[in-house]
Amino acid sequence: MSENVLRVTELKRYFDVSKPLLNRILEGGGRQVVRAVDGVSFEIERGETFSLVGESGCGKSTVARLIVGLYHPSDGDVEFEGVSLGRPASRARHPEKQARMQMIFQDPYASLNPRWRVGDIIAEPIRFRKLEQGAAVMERVGELLKLVGLAPRDAAKYPHEFSGGQRQRISIARALAGKPDFLVCDEPTSALDVSVQAQILNLMKELQKELNLTYLFISHNLAVVYHVSTKVGVMYLGRLVEWSETKTLFGNPLHPYSRMLLDAIPDLEMSGRARTPVGGEVPSPINPPPGCSFHPRCPFANERCKSEVPAVLSYGSQHVACHAVQEGRLPLWRDAAAA
Amino acid sequence: MATDRSNVPLLEVSNLRVEFATRRGPLVAIDDISFSIAPGEVLGVVGESGAGKSLTGTAIIGLLEPPGGITAGEIRLAGRRIDNLPHDEMRKIRGKEIGAIFQDPLTSLNPLYRVSEQLIETIRTHLPMDASQARARALTLLQEVGIPGAAERLDHYPHQFSGGMRQRVVIALALAAEPKLIVADEPTTALDVSIQAQIISLLKRLCREHGTAVMLITHDMGVIAETADRVAVMYAGRIAEIGPVQDVVKRPLHPYTTGLMGAIPAIGHDVHALTQIDGSMPRLDSIPRGCAFNPRCTKVFDRCRVERPDPIPQGRTAVACWLYDGAGR
Ligand SMILES: Nc1ncnc2c1ncn2[C@@H]1O[C@H](COP(=O)(O)OP(=O)(O)OP(=O)(O)O)[C@@H](O)[C@H]1O
Ligand SMILES: Nc1ncnc2c1ncn2[C@@H]1O[C@H](COP(=O)(O)OP(=O)(O)OP(=O)(O)O)[C@@H](O)[C@H]1O
Ligand code: SF4
Ligand code: SF4
Ligand SMILES: [Mg+2]
Ligand SMILES: [Mg+2]
Repeated sequence: MSENVLRVTELKRYFDVSKPLLNRILEGGGRQVVRAVDGVSFEIERGETFSLVGESGCGKSTVARLIVGLYHPSDGDVEFEGVSLGRPASRARHPEKQARMQMIFQDPYASLNPRWRVGDIIAEPIRFRKLEQGAAVMERVGELLKLVGLAPRDAAKYPHEFSGGQRQRISIARALAGKPDFLVCDEPTSALDVSVQAQILNLMKELQKELNLTYLFISHNLAVVYHVSTKVGVMYLGRLVEWSETKTLFGNPLHPYSRMLLDAIPDLEMSGRARTPVGGEVPSPINPPPGCSFHPRCPFANERCKSEVPAVLSYGSQHVACHAVQEGRLPLWRDAAAA
Repeated sequence: MATDRSNVPLLEVSNLRVEFATRRGPLVAIDDISFSIAPGEVLGVVGESGAGKSLTGTAIIGLLEPPGGITAGEIRLAGRRIDNLPHDEMRKIRGKEIGAIFQDPLTSLNPLYRVSEQLIETIRTHLPMDASQARARALTLLQEVGIPGAAERLDHYPHQFSGGMRQRVVIALALAAEPKLIVADEPTTALDVSIQAQIISLLKRLCREHGTAVMLITHDMGVIAETADRVAVMYAGRIAEIGPVQDVVKRPLHPYTTGLMGAIPAIGHDVHALTQIDGSMPRLDSIPRGCAFNPRCTKVFDRCRVERPDPIPQGRTAVACWLYDGAGR
């Protein structure tokens, strides 16, 4: 039986980015609120990799930070292994759950303390969870460094002595050090060249099989997402607009925005297929368009789309928030016949 | 060696060597590399993590910090030698003539100042503009790099932006003073494909319209394939292969380049594991004798273990590999 490790329900996070009151009075301008995450729901089963994709600024990192507790939800809930962690108080009551979640941050520079030696950075979660004692701690650190393609002797160095990709691998080693069951990976390989990336992704897959790990994976690289995920969710302006099994999503995407994303994949073969950039201006999450927030860019938008927010509905194993899909007026996808 | 379209390169790097002084003697991080970039040209620089890409860029913009430093070679910008300039003079060149996009966005952004303040300051330092002209230019720049709602965002602080937005603010800062050369270190890593496409076409437009030269460091071969005119493949502090992008991507000559191309994941190809090049790049303190790639090379032969290959011209490409030495095996 499949077991839900994580359930996110109607999760919301708004940020107030208004100028200070005095400036607003003097210079004019009202309150400004960024709706970074605006009602997101999904579930992740144990042993799965659930990926979030979507344009820059659509709220992926904010979802990740809400899940691991770095931000508190404005509304909605995060349940981990059946325990509600949405409210700060309930999260504080469950340190044992918290300790089993780890996060690899999008920005490897900001997340490594420059004054700590790499060995101590990686050892910290091992010591915190008392996974090893004494000399065994540094032995384990050495093993982890080797796993990510660095050397045990790198433990004595400081973060600034490493290249961008090497630092990213240090943060991966640190995240793995705490033996998490659930790992949130925010662009974990973005600074890595293809060969090291392949090494790290293969390693993550192996660990997942061995230890039955569950991943929430964020990447803008759709080829990587295709390769690692069991399920994929597409976000647009703070909302999840479609999610389904990886093969289904790539083979027969339903939401017009998912289709645009796939059409924009760069052409590595240089076959001459012009990639279609996602058209239209990305709206600001400060003043999102009413109704379906994708409507100003959507070729299938009608009057209803401009006023009514589409609900996420299930079509077989596909979950999609789009009126055109619901009304059955969406044309077939280009590859649908072949898929 | 290089096949420039113009006779006067904007950037010329010859026999550059970068070392780190350590207690156990110098560590050679960049070992005798030469290349040039013509006005309006994009040179892509690729290679495994730790190959020396960022250090090469840092050396060009004059920001190597002790114990690191240039120990041999020359760097010329529009014919003028810049690797031995005093600090002050180099600072003037940076920003005005060379725009730098760092791999680490936090190097360029001050968390305590609004994005508008940082952009306006850079613009006014280098261009003759008053405050309101500079603010207008700052807004245009943010729009050009695709920040949605740029007018509302202009006065926000860096932490209020998403990762990819911060990266674009850094790009806007680098372009602010209309530099002749842009050294862009992984400028699109945190960006999704559509924004990537927008940044790429912005860079290309600058090259076309203003003759800007770009050194584009990235591990993303897709970006290279679309943007670069030529590409240099780096390995262990040296250039393994350099040539026109079509040749290097489609018909790689160096065994390392061939391996790099195989490790790219592709949609629709179901593979259990991605191809890896076995082993890993040597660290600076253990670079093998001869060809640095020899322990991982499937084509290795005796000579590779003793003699170090220098770039050998092959058509429009140059390859540092003994397989292409006329003198042969
Ligand atoms: N601390 C904050 N204060 C104010 N606004 C914020 C904050 N964090 C995020 N935001 C805003 O919330 C929105 C979503 O940001 P988030 O970082 O989640 O995007 P993302 O999908 O991870 O994007 P990227 O791919 O660029 O990393 C953005 O508009 C961002 O500016
Ligand atoms: N301050 C330093 N002290 C010692 N070694 C350093 C220092 N900075 C860089 N190095 C080493 O120099 C080598 C080249 O680093 P560089 O940052 O140029 O790599 P890169 O090609 O940009 O890699 P990446 O793709 O991971 O960013 C690396 O092995 C790195 O560990
Ligand atoms: S709901 Fe309407 S506007 Fe939104 S994606 Fe569907 S068709 Fe397009
Ligand atoms: S010189 Fe020899 S070891 Fe080096 S890449 Fe060529 S064949 Fe391989
Ligand atoms: Mg993010
Ligand atoms: Mg680098």
